[in-house]
Amino acid sequence: MKHLISMRDLSADKTLQLLKLAERLEKDPSQIDLSRRVMAAMFYEASTRTRMSFESAMKRLGGEVIGMVGTSGTSVEKGETLADTAKIMARYSDIIVMRHPMEGAARYVSEQVDIPVVNAGDGANQHPTQSLLDLYTILKSQGTLKGLKLALVGDLKYGRTVHSLAYALAPFNPTFYFVSPKSLRMPTHILSDLTQKGVSFKEKTTIENIIPDIDIMYVTRIQRERFPDREEYEKVKNAYIITAKLLTKAKDNMKVLHPLPRVNEITTDVDSTKYAYYFDQAENGVYMRQAILATLLGEAK
Amino acid sequence: MKELKVDPIKNGTVIDHIPAGRVQRVLATLKPRATDVVMMGMNFSSKAMKKKDIIKIEGRELTQNEVNSIALIAPAAKVSIIRDFKVAQKSRVEIPKRIEGLVACPNPKCITNAEPMITIFNLEDSSTRDLACQYCERVFTADEMTHI
Repeated sequence: MKHLISMRDLSADKTLQLLKLAERLEKDPSQIDLSRRVMAAMFYEASTRTRMSFESAMKRLGGEVIGMVGTSGTSVEKGETLADTAKIMARYSDIIVMRHPMEGAARYVSEQVDIPVVNAGDGANQHPTQSLLDLYTILKSQGTLKGLKLALVGDLKYGRTVHSLAYALAPFNPTFYFVSPKSLRMPTHILSDLTQKGVSFKEKTTIENIIPDIDIMYVTRIQRERFPDREEYEKVKNAYIITAKLLTKAKDNMKVLHPLPRVNEITTDVDSTKYAYYFDQAENGVYMRQAILATLLGEAK
Repeated sequence: MKELKVDPIKNGTVIDHIPAGRVQRVLATLKPRATDVVMMGMNFSSKAMKKKDIIKIEGRELTQNEVNSIALIAPAAKVSIIRDFKVAQKSRVEIPKRIEGLVACPNPKCITNAEPMITIFNLEDSSTRDLACQYCERVFTADEMTHI
């Protein structure tokens, strides 16, 4: 594995290797030493969580971080092409982690440079490190990825995270409940792909009745910027609010996940229940990104 | 005797069964040299297509790669290589598995529309003529494509 650009490139074997390494690094980060290695963070748009999670991952393994956030004050503002910026970064560092608003930007950069490139989000296309940390979180909280029942809740139409997750879990015989307002249903091309892969799923517009049945509830934010029509947004924005009261019938092992930031879709009284797992999920991001950095830098043992 | 609307050519290439109205796009894609002798026919009657366009290029034999470059515009086109007024070779166009630098990505958020770079599409399904952008990963049908 030279780069990490898209979940489509990742075999099930490679995915399992990364999950195992993340698990080992969580227990003992000292087994990998990235000292004197430099990670270049090329963030063409703001992202606090993903960027800081990568920085933390690199630094905790002894590595260094350089980079940019946003394009103001950089050569990009002077009209430098993405390829040129990336080629210069490649002379300064050992690995590039990049986020860019245009879809396919990371793939393009990976073709332009000789060092590994990690896609930390390219527009609405891919965010493979999020998908992998979600898998790691599910594995850690349930002890297995196989045969789980998962509810994916909220914006299933535009939610890149839930699309990736559905594909990433497909080989592990899951049962999905896709819970969304009618206007934000899972896209039909994804549903037909899942059918073809033999994955069983049900579409729902309400969450209450399935809560006693599920192992994982993956909640996403309904984003205002996705709606051309304000009125349409107002109609659905409060469709699924997860409260502690709503979870009283949940199974003991059930965990609530959320890629964060949340707005109001999970109330704060859920935080203190045994079901809340979204902060652990954020922490898991560091272990998974350590595994990714170590693997791409050729240090995974 | 059958009336010939376009003069036969001695040596060169004939592209028949181009959908009516697309002959200019086909020609633009083939990028004829300034000295090429080219005949274009539009709206000829056809049993299979009702109406069709046709192109004859005198003195130039198109390669299979050149021919395939028009596959997105004229999927049913038939190509004949003419030598000494006789058909020396016949072939159909085929959409290449990989299409480089020929069509623009219809996704305005695709990096190929922002950077000075060559587009690459991979044929997902030859029966539906679905093409996947190598960069933004979106899948489009051939009819959605615009040639660069």
